[in-house]
Amino acid sequence: MKDNYVIVAEGLTKRFGEFTATDHITFNVKEGEIFGFLGANGAGKTTAMRMLCGLSIPSEGRAQVAGYDVATESEQVKRNIGYMSQKFSLYNDLSISENLKLFGGIYGMGRKQIKEKTHTLLTELDLIKEKDTLVKLLPLGWKQKLAFSLAIFHEPKIVFLDEPTGGVDPITRRQFWELIYKAADNGITVFVTTHYMDEAEYCDRVSIMVDGQIKALDTPNALKAQFRANSLYDVFLSLARTATRSDS
Amino acid sequence: MALKYLIEKEFKQMMRNKILPIIFLILPIAIINVIPRIATQEIKNLKFSVVDNDHSPLSQRLVLKITASMYFNLVGVFPSYEKALATIESCEADIIVEIEPDFEKNLVTTGTANVFIAGNAVNGMKGAMGTSYLVQIIADYAAQLRDEEGLNGTQTLVAGYNVAPRFLYNSTLDYKLYMIPALMAMLLVLLVAFLPALNIVGEKEKGTIEQINVTPVGRTEFILSKLIPYAAVGIFLLSFAMLLSKAIHGFVPAGSIGAIYVFAIAFCLVVASLGLIISNYSNTTQQAALTMFFFIMIFMLMSGLLTPVASMPQWAQTLTLINPMRYFMETMRTLYLKDAGLGELLPQLWRLCLMATVLWVWAIVSYRKKS
Repeated sequence: MKDNYVIVAEGLTKRFGEFTATDHITFNVKEGEIFGFLGANGAGKTTAMRMLCGLSIPSEGRAQVAGYDVATESEQVKRNIGYMSQKFSLYNDLSISENLKLFGGIYGMGRKQIKEKTHTLLTELDLIKEKDTLVKLLPLGWKQKLAFSLAIFHEPKIVFLDEPTGGVDPITRRQFWELIYKAADNGITVFVTTHYMDEAEYCDRVSIMVDGQIKALDTPNALKAQFRANSLYDVFLSLARTATRSDS
Repeated sequence: MALKYLIEKEFKQMMRNKILPIIFLILPIAIINVIPRIATQEIKNLKFSVVDNDHSPLSQRLVLKITASMYFNLVGVFPSYEKALATIESCEADIIVEIEPDFEKNLVTTGTANVFIAGNAVNGMKGAMGTSYLVQIIADYAAQLRDEEGLNGTQTLVAGYNVAPRFLYNSTLDYKLYMIPALMAMLLVLLVAFLPALNIVGEKEKGTIEQINVTPVGRTEFILSKLIPYAAVGIFLLSFAMLLSKAIHGFVPAGSIGAIYVFAIAFCLVVASLGLIISNYSNTTQQAALTMFFFIMIFMLMSGLLTPVASMPQWAQTLTLINPMRYFMETMRTLYLKDAGLGELLPQLWRLCLMATVLWVWAIVSYRKKS
């Protein structure tokens, strides 16, 4: 059974001095699942995600991603994941195709393979005309779609998305989720954080973090039943209100 | 494999920068064409006024001899010292030569005659150098007269011996030839040290480093992809500066050009690695720039660029042993002025290579993909 889990976290903890950003979280993510990772600002989502991506060393506990330990085998972890950070972090002074080429090259893809993949991808995204446009000139919605496509360009097992639709209009958000579903259909496990509760409803399973701890974890419907709420929004509110940490 | 994609990206970014390519062209031109003309200790074109109270053939010959020197331009001959002083006050002249009445008569009869020199010391350098040049010319004139006419007692005017230094290298003592190789070293340290220092920390500020850190890219590859483009820029700048120096001043290295490139590559690797180390430890570009500024100032002042290392106090001389700039400046001057090759410069070379290795490894180790 355990073989089906692509992310296994046990007591994963990160402290910055006195402050415990992520406090002993334990959860599993199944292969091919869309896993929603919810929580208020400052609840510790990004810190947890950075640990899972091998960007941040856990202070305590352990986690396996794609079968590798995030603390000791972080480079193998990185080979098997894609990551889209909260802050847009592609090279603004490179064009769309140059960005894809760079990251394709870093993951060891050949020039020909990169070229073909770039063509199919940009055709799907309807961005083929903008192939040679510098990324800084693109509107935010396109940038986010591009960032997501880049995160799955090398066909990783798991993709981590940190608030991928922040600041994006509803239509583009909708299109973005279509991209996510498509990736999931192709067998990529999606680990996504979001503040939009309608997006959380699209997830297979959802966890809600409060003050560095996971307070709820189940399918959206089960959570609604458990909290006797009509929507995930109400579930989130009733949990987030218990938070002692505040953003301001 | 990934290395070539990373290097390609660095070059593209460098060339798409709005200012950098312009700096790469303008800075060498400014440094090689303009600075040697400004940063010179040579005094030329001193303007002098003459008060000739004798009007004899011998006094006129003296004036002619001074005028003939490349250092002096005659402003005019004036009837009185006051009139000549007026030319100094109006900045037309820097120095006055007053020849006493009966200059020729005194010379012929007693063998001694007096020439009065008054230099304007508002520009201290000009005053002092001009006066000492003039004294040399007058002494030379006296020696000439003695040889020609066997004038009695002229020995009192000139020293009884004559030291004629023969300069083996830079025989015309051209200050520009001395400064240009050093300025080339300065050019390299300015750009090849500064730009890498701003690079990685710049990626941290923009957030792009995050996207790199989450890939399996190797630390060695990543650091190499930052080092190689800047070493290439350094080689380009040096070649451009050497061409400019040939075109503008007609200076070509007396020693081996191959040796110059070997040293330049080693030096670029040293300073670019230092820049990357600073960049790795910095959180903001401002912090990195100020730290690098500190290093560059110390490197330049302790390199022998402006003041010779040999005239520094002993402790400072010892400190210069860890200054890569000192070795590079030394070798650039040596290779430009003397017919030297790698063989003569091995001590400097292995020190630079040692520094390059240590700093390169340090740059790799200090680059952290996770925190």
